[in-house]
Amino acid sequence: MDKNGMHDRLRWGLLLFLTPVFLWLVLLIVLPQIDLLIMSFRVESGYGDSSWSLYNYRQFFEEPIYWLTFVRTAVYSVLVTFLTFVVALPVAFYITKVVHPRFQGFLTVLLLLPFWVSELVRVYGWMILLRESGVINHFLLRMGLLQQPVEMLYQDATMIMGLVYTSMLFMVVPLISALESLDNSLIEAAYDLGANMGSILYKIIIPHATPGIVSGSIVVFMLTLGNYLTPNLMGGKNSLWFTEQIYNQFIASFNWNQGSAFGFLLLFLSSVIVWLGLKLTRQNLRKVVQ
Amino acid sequence: MMQIDLSVQHVLKRFGDFTAVNDISFDVESGRFFSILGPSGCGKTTLLRMIAGLAELDSGRIEIRGKDMAGISPNRRPVNLIFQNLALFPMMDVGANIAFGLQRRGESKSGIREKVSAILDRVDLAGFESKRIDQLSGGQKQRVAIARCLVLEPAVLLLDEPLGALDLKLREQMKVELKKLQAKVGTTFVYITHDQSEALVMSDYVAVMNHGEFEQIDTPQNLYSRPQTPFVAQFVGDNNAWSGTIRNCEGTVGEIETDDGFHFRSELHQPLPVGAAVDLFLRPESMLIQPDPSLPDLNRFEVVVRSTLFDGANSRLLVHPVNAETELLVALPQTHQYDYIQKDDTIEIGWATPSGICFPK
Ligand SMILES: Nc1ncnc2c1ncn2[C@@H]1O[C@H](COP(=O)(O)OP(=O)(O)OP(=O)(O)O)[C@@H](O)[C@H]1O
Ligand SMILES: [Mg+2]
Repeated sequence: MDKNGMHDRLRWGLLLFLTPVFLWLVLLIVLPQIDLLIMSFRVESGYGDSSWSLYNYRQFFEEPIYWLTFVRTAVYSVLVTFLTFVVALPVAFYITKVVHPRFQGFLTVLLLLPFWVSELVRVYGWMILLRESGVINHFLLRMGLLQQPVEMLYQDATMIMGLVYTSMLFMVVPLISALESLDNSLIEAAYDLGANMGSILYKIIIPHATPGIVSGSIVVFMLTLGNYLTPNLMGGKNSLWFTEQIYNQFIASFNWNQGSAFGFLLLFLSSVIVWLGLKLTRQNLRKVVQ
Repeated sequence: MMQIDLSVQHVLKRFGDFTAVNDISFDVESGRFFSILGPSGCGKTTLLRMIAGLAELDSGRIEIRGKDMAGISPNRRPVNLIFQNLALFPMMDVGANIAFGLQRRGESKSGIREKVSAILDRVDLAGFESKRIDQLSGGQKQRVAIARCLVLEPAVLLLDEPLGALDLKLREQMKVELKKLQAKVGTTFVYITHDQSEALVMSDYVAVMNHGEFEQIDTPQNLYSRPQTPFVAQFVGDNNAWSGTIRNCEGTVGEIETDDGFHFRSELHQPLPVGAAVDLFLRPESMLIQPDPSLPDLNRFEVVVRSTLFDGANSRLLVHPVNAETELLVALPQTHQYDYIQKDDTIEIGWATPSGICFPK
């Protein structure tokens, strides 16, 4: 068999192998997205026919309730990302540097365990703990610390706590892998040269872990921004998350055009925020992905 | 009487049942180059880390310039440690690495800049401030690590085998440079190594360490010519070893019968009773090839040449006694006087009584 023939066979084999993947990508992801994109630029007139328009996008900027919800969602997502980082860093540091290597695997598995059940179950778990007739209120009343049960659910603080809890894993895992590559002797050298815990953190640990911090933050930010369950179930009735606006458009108002416009706005604006964040902290994505 | 910069008293450190550092005491005078020499795993790093404050002592006391260091954290001790792997900060350039300690002390920006450039000058790296760490060669990293500590003007600089990672040629060169640098800055150095030539070349005093204990603290010359224990005799420099029995003893000179049947007269480390089992050590250069028959009082015996180990000024003959299998190394001076010696030749060897180093078993 000549070389050319073999080449051809290889190429056909590759094509055969890639076709299902390609079809899956096109049919299930690209086509629906294109359809939604087209839909977002059209408006229905009252009589069932539709025309091209930027109306759906204008609507977002002209109705304060929409863009205010988005700003609120974005600000809270940044806050959640930051809080998740603050909580995750000591955890990752403890697992990689303090605990005996023998227990590292065990602790990591322990950390993963809650994520084996679905988010819905986890959120309901929190609700059982926190609601007015819940476990925590019960104990506080029993111990006499409270005279009357307190509603801990449906508040922004509770919702943020829930979101941080949900996002923990996505911050801890990249931080663990970033800190694992940090040579202990660098920390000791800094200590020996006169640094205290604060300056070791700012000068050695955070600069070293930056790629992990950035990739963790991007994932957590995007997931939080796009989260629906936790804000919906734990947040208050008047604390709308932007995903709930999208849901409302699709399901409550049957306005698919408006809904898809919001969807693309969410995608675009969150990308802009991530890009801004990278610029502000002088990171570039290539270094992070490495 | 010189000032004592570092005083270590009865320091002991255990890891579980294992005693890594066992009741060690020593003093280092100001401005000295003090080395701790010992085989891998004998506890050198552990001892140094305790001095730096990075490890706790189980008992004992460490004083620096007369001040007890108990309870003082590493960032407040007037000592700095150069790590076995140097531990330069890869996230900073050379200038920032060196400025790190000064910034922690809150010194002024302009003061820091001056000191950094002065110390870089000192280690022959003038103008290297903005280089990244991964742009440096092994020897340059070495000097940055030293500069980063010296700029803080520590009372004692601790060095943990800093030349270990370098190739042979560079190591030879850095040995001399390090010694010169120490003489220039006058800082007290405590240097640990498992390489006896590093310790002998650079140090004012060397402590030989084995299994967590010091065997001998002495000048390099004394360690070599008057080892106090069998371990030191074998670890410092090359030595030929025989085991034997004392047949006669007058003062500190004894007549020894070796296990392979030779009778030698040798200096003893201490007077010994007849019949005591001993180890006899003999330096390769103590053995004379074909000694002049007129020389009196030499232990003489015949050996067969196995091979010539040529190594420039450090060339040796590998020989064995005529009727025995013991392998011996004999120094072969490169004066062309012995060029006639061939493999399988039988030659006479002689050594003088005072060259023998003899310990009871
Ligand atoms: N944290 C620790 N836990 C248990 N054992 C340890 C610990 N650190 C060191 N040891 C043991 O103590 C002994 C001395 O170790 P140390 O690192 O001081 O040796 P060293 O003389 O510096 O050796 P090298 O020349 O190889 O660096 C070794 O047997 C080592 O296994
Ligand atoms: Mg060591």
